[in-house]
Amino acid sequence: MTDAIASFGDAEPSREHEETGSYLESHGGGLSEWLLTTDHKRIAILYALLVTFFFFIGGTAATLIRLELFSPTATFLTDDGYNRVFTVHGIVMVWFFLVPLIPTTLGNFLLPLMIGAPDVAFPKLNLASWYLTLIGGLFVLGATLMGGVDTGWTFYPPYSTVYSNSNVAIAVLGVIIAGFGTIATGVNFVTTTHTLRCPGMTWFRLPLMVWGLYTVSLVMILATPVLAMTLVLVVADRWFGLPVFDGFRGGDPVLFQHLFWFYSHPAVYIMILPAFGVVSEVIACFARRRVFGYAAMVYAMLAIAIIGFAVWGHHMFVAGQSTFANLVFSFLTFIIAVPSAIKVFNWTATLYRGQITFEAPMLYTLGFVGLFTVGGMTGLFLASIPVDIQVTGTYFVIAHFHYVMVGGAVSAYFAGLHFWWPKITGRLYPESWARFAAYLMFFGFNFTFFPQFILGYLGMPRRYHVYPPEFHTWNVMSSTGAVVLAAAYLMPLFYLGWSLVYGQASPANPWNATGLEWKTTSPPPKHNFATMPIVDEDPYNYHDVRIGPEAERRDIDSVRAAPGLTPNNGRRSP
Amino acid sequence: MSESAINASAGIALPDPLREPWSDIARQREAATFGMWLFLMSEMLFFGAVFMAFSFTRALNVAEFQHAARHTEIVYGAPNTFVLVTSSLAMTIAVRAANIANRRLCARLLGATAILGFVFLVIKGLEYKDDLEHHLYPTLHFALGHNATQIFWAFYWIMTGIHAFHLTVGVGLVSRLTWLVHRNQLSLRSPQLEVTSLYWHLVDAFWIVLFPVLYVMGRG
Amino acid sequence: MNTVLFMPRSASTIAPRTDGLYLALVAISAAILVLVFALIVIFAYRYRRGSAAPRGALPTLLQHEVEIGWTTATVFAFLFFFWWAGANEVPELLPPRTATEIHVVAKQWMWKVQHPNGVREIDMLHVPIGEPARLVMTSQDVIHSFSVPDFRIKSDILPGRYVEIWFEPTEIGTFRLFCTQFCGTAHSAMTGSIVVMSKPDFAKWLQSRPGGGDFVAQGRELFVSLGCAGCHTPGGPVHAPDFDGLFGRRVPLASGRFVLVDDAWIRDCILGHSTADPPAGYPPIMPSFKGEVDDGQILALTAYVRSLSPQTGATR
Ligand code: HEA
Ligand code: HEA
Ligand code: HEC
Ligand code: CUA
Ligand SMILES: [Cu+2]
Repeated sequence: MTDAIASFGDAEPSREHEETGSYLESHGGGLSEWLLTTDHKRIAILYALLVTFFFFIGGTAATLIRLELFSPTATFLTDDGYNRVFTVHGIVMVWFFLVPLIPTTLGNFLLPLMIGAPDVAFPKLNLASWYLTLIGGLFVLGATLMGGVDTGWTFYPPYSTVYSNSNVAIAVLGVIIAGFGTIATGVNFVTTTHTLRCPGMTWFRLPLMVWGLYTVSLVMILATPVLAMTLVLVVADRWFGLPVFDGFRGGDPVLFQHLFWFYSHPAVYIMILPAFGVVSEVIACFARRRVFGYAAMVYAMLAIAIIGFAVWGHHMFVAGQSTFANLVFSFLTFIIAVPSAIKVFNWTATLYRGQITFEAPMLYTLGFVGLFTVGGMTGLFLASIPVDIQVTGTYFVIAHFHYVMVGGAVSAYFAGLHFWWPKITGRLYPESWARFAAYLMFFGFNFTFFPQFILGYLGMPRRYHVYPPEFHTWNVMSSTGAVVLAAAYLMPLFYLGWSLVYGQASPANPWNATGLEWKTTSPPPKHNFATMPIVDEDPYNYHDVRIGPEAERRDIDSVRAAPGLTPNNGRRSP
Repeated sequence: MSESAINASAGIALPDPLREPWSDIARQREAATFGMWLFLMSEMLFFGAVFMAFSFTRALNVAEFQHAARHTEIVYGAPNTFVLVTSSLAMTIAVRAANIANRRLCARLLGATAILGFVFLVIKGLEYKDDLEHHLYPTLHFALGHNATQIFWAFYWIMTGIHAFHLTVGVGLVSRLTWLVHRNQLSLRSPQLEVTSLYWHLVDAFWIVLFPVLYVMGRG
Repeated sequence: MNTVLFMPRSASTIAPRTDGLYLALVAISAAILVLVFALIVIFAYRYRRGSAAPRGALPTLLQHEVEIGWTTATVFAFLFFFWWAGANEVPELLPPRTATEIHVVAKQWMWKVQHPNGVREIDMLHVPIGEPARLVMTSQDVIHSFSVPDFRIKSDILPGRYVEIWFEPTEIGTFRLFCTQFCGTAHSAMTGSIVVMSKPDFAKWLQSRPGGGDFVAQGRELFVSLGCAGCHTPGGPVHAPDFDGLFGRRVPLASGRFVLVDDAWIRDCILGHSTADPPAGYPPIMPSFKGEVDDGQILALTAYVRSLSPQTGATR
């Protein structure tokens, strides 16, 4: 890592020739042109491929879970098989999908563009992060193929250190390695934001997406090393028989939980902060309004990032913590509701007096606001100790975090993916398919996970392969919903893939959005901007502050209304 | 002798230290140093976590920890502390030398730093050997019995091991720099020098904390 | 399975309290959700592109006030819930003094239960209705968690440590017991039942169980055979605490701390933890019996020591 920071860019003679073509254009270097690239935009694509791959691994595991739970008794999985499936689902979805998801794909692509920079501060380190994530992922895949891991994504000792007969150490090493990739990304983004803003791009002119990436990077830098050390201790216990977490030799298994959640609670904000950024961009663009309360939005993100470090104990209300500690953690957890509320209400208020349209990114975004609110409010149930005692370790928790992570963060990612798709690929996607997928995802999601709240309060424990018959009805509902959800998640793969080949070429600014990334061509040239941009206005300058936004036509409409195309649909007419 | 004069005399074209995406070397150095500080913050939390774990467990087993700490070999630990502090001093002067464009001095002090780091590792290796001979590795034949002294020793191995790993990386980096500076292949304005020295000082600082915690606290 | 359930049965004194808080949270969440959704839908409709609704600037004053308004509203809402949740929790902390003490040992993947009179059960726990029960639990291997949803209780069980939980059943019937902390292969099979009986039925059941024997007598035998009696005999050769009336009292320690003589403390002493900070006025010479006595023997010894303090212990 030091080396990578210290010797960035050694191989590439800088500024040899100024290309004018898009960053996607090949220079005849074949595959190595991609695998050795230091262009942040290409690295973003590499990451996108990687996390999509892992999403399908995690999604396949989710499919197996839900199929197995169709019936209260064991059907096609053994006890051990089931335990391995949900473990790989959790590990892959958290560390190889959701944590890297928005920062490393959209973030990598957009951060330099949005602040008017030619690249991130340490391009080589950026590529190194990708390789670290890849290697970490291969470890986890290897562990899975060699027979799996069965500890759950939380790796609680002494089960993980002494009792489990699975490939815990390999998977744990994979997570550690990927963790260093995450730290490197964080270092890179923070440095970039500090040192590479173009003239006129003051801190309070940064788009909220950049603020989201900035705060998330800080959390990555400060939280991830704690996880790394904790997992090093697990490996030490497991491989070398050390007793750090062994309750029978003077160690303390609860210590692990403190360290793990000290990372993992901030980690959940790693997943959601960049989503906040995406949503703010999209909602302003499609409401044609300045984001309501920009400064409050910034402070809210900072507050969430900071307070997020002080609430980890809410995962341990029944783990034998003192009552006093429980009350303190409960109180601190409730405080997080305040900045979160500011965000939710400000998004809603941004719609007020707008000129709203409902393209796919906006649909995903509105879905995000709703689902995140449900997920967040149920977080407050969990923060209330008596209720948490009833529902911790049950499907209520599962439902809570799928609402915030899948309904929230993943929806936001899809919003961003559709929003910036024309910029990234230079192609327009077929709008009606995208809208249909957005509706289907919202419906399928609630269908899958809402029943789990009820199951949870009824007491159905999580990580249960077989369950009592009285829980059957709700499980059947949830599993049926998961089928719908799977279909909805597969759709973008097809129509976005289709658009790469057949999609209409996109103009530079199809949504008529503000922000520097729209000022360059779609797709952008290798060095992002032909000339260094200069910023002289506030972000989200969609309308004069004194008068509201006018209804206007978008470029995208005019492109699509062009002869030979049916309106609002990228397909060629016969 | 100015740097360009050296270059001219050596007849080697130095690679330009300026890298993408920078247009100005001062800014680039600033960013590299800033990035390194961020990484060091991260490292501090990495070590912070194990110190937290150590203190937490120690608070539960004070007597055992004190007893166990008396078995560490201060004969190795104390001189090693001295070696490492000296290496940091050498590193600092090396960076100063680079700033005033004294390539020869810079190369020598970088070399001294690397050698001192290596000496530390050798002494540490001897200490490990002694520890193993005294059955201070917490498994079945552990010398101090089946109790929480084992945890102290678990932390001893983990903490010193991780420190030694960091130091090994550091020795590698500094050796490489020594070579490059010596062979006139690295501009003295390259941010690599400053950044590597920051890393070196941090690894040193960890030892400064480790030493009292592992060697001194039980003896007081 | 024919009836679709929304709420679990409410079968303990704690259950209605938890439900009250839960339903209140459901109500206020629903209200906030309706508010947010309604605003989104109304704005989305009224301010759709090209609609006739007037746009114009937002009055800046209003903007600030709205922001402050909802921030304060959220603060009050959370303060209220924190207070309620906290207030709800605190009284649940301490079991009533009359609670029957039952020992639970969790291991992969079963529950072993022992009643105060020594009766043992596996994966089952019989209790009388209307009598508080205090469970003292430990694990022999990994972390487990004792969960009875119909009672709204749950607690993790840690290896090498004792944790407590209590409940007072209010409904006769059989209730499910789950392990809710992942503990390996058969985690989902680590279930059991809590059988709540009327008091007479329970008394009858207890009588009919074999193996009850005289637990206290077992303890007395151990007390002699292990050599405890050698020191802990008033007027004996060693200056060691006398146990008459000791259980349930707070005793001063050498360090100036006070400790309540309860099961956990007795266990600590037997395992040798008391020598670091012995009861005030005694030499720290009690040997550790760690490894010599198993959990069952510790329970028997504890029962015996307890029986020497009739007012608090023996009747239980
Ligand atoms: C993206 C991820 C994400 C996010 C954003 C959150 C957000 C929150 N989470 Fe969640 N959580 C997880 C992911 C996440 N969580 C995961 C993965 C787990 C389980 C891990 C495991 O065990 O495997 C978990 C578990 C978890 C627990 C432990 C449960 C248990 O195991 O017993 C708790 C307890 O307090 C909790 C609370 C919260 C709270 C209070 C928030 C808050 O940040 C939410 C704030 C948002 C709102 C409150 C909504 C918006 C506000 C309004 C509309 C205003 C109105 C509000 C009021 C009037 C009060 N979470
Ligand atoms: C980002 C994180 C993330 C995401 C996106 C998801 C997505 C999903 N999760 Fe996941 N989940 C977790 C994070 C996540 N989960 C975590 C951390 C746990 C805890 C693990 C633990 O306890 O250790 C968990 C646990 C968990 C459980 C509980 C298991 C248990 O405790 O026993 C369940 C059960 O329903 C579940 C379901 C789902 C479903 C239906 C989806 C769906 O949204 C997924 C939909 C996507 C697809 C379905 C992919 C596309 C379709 C295919 C690839 C088709 C496959 C094709 C064939 C098989 C032919 N998840
Ligand atoms: C060598 C003598 C000796 C033997 C044998 C012995 N004890 Fe003790 N015990 C002591 C002394 C002395 C103390 C007080 C100082 C201390 O705690 O070390 C003590 C303290 C205790 C206490 C704490 C009493 C208080 O005032 O809080 C308990 C309980 C106890 N012993 C139980 C037992 C049991 C049960 C056994 C047998 C398994 C046993 N002891 C065997 C000497 C002994
Ligand atoms: Cu025992 Cu799960
Ligand atoms: Cu949390």
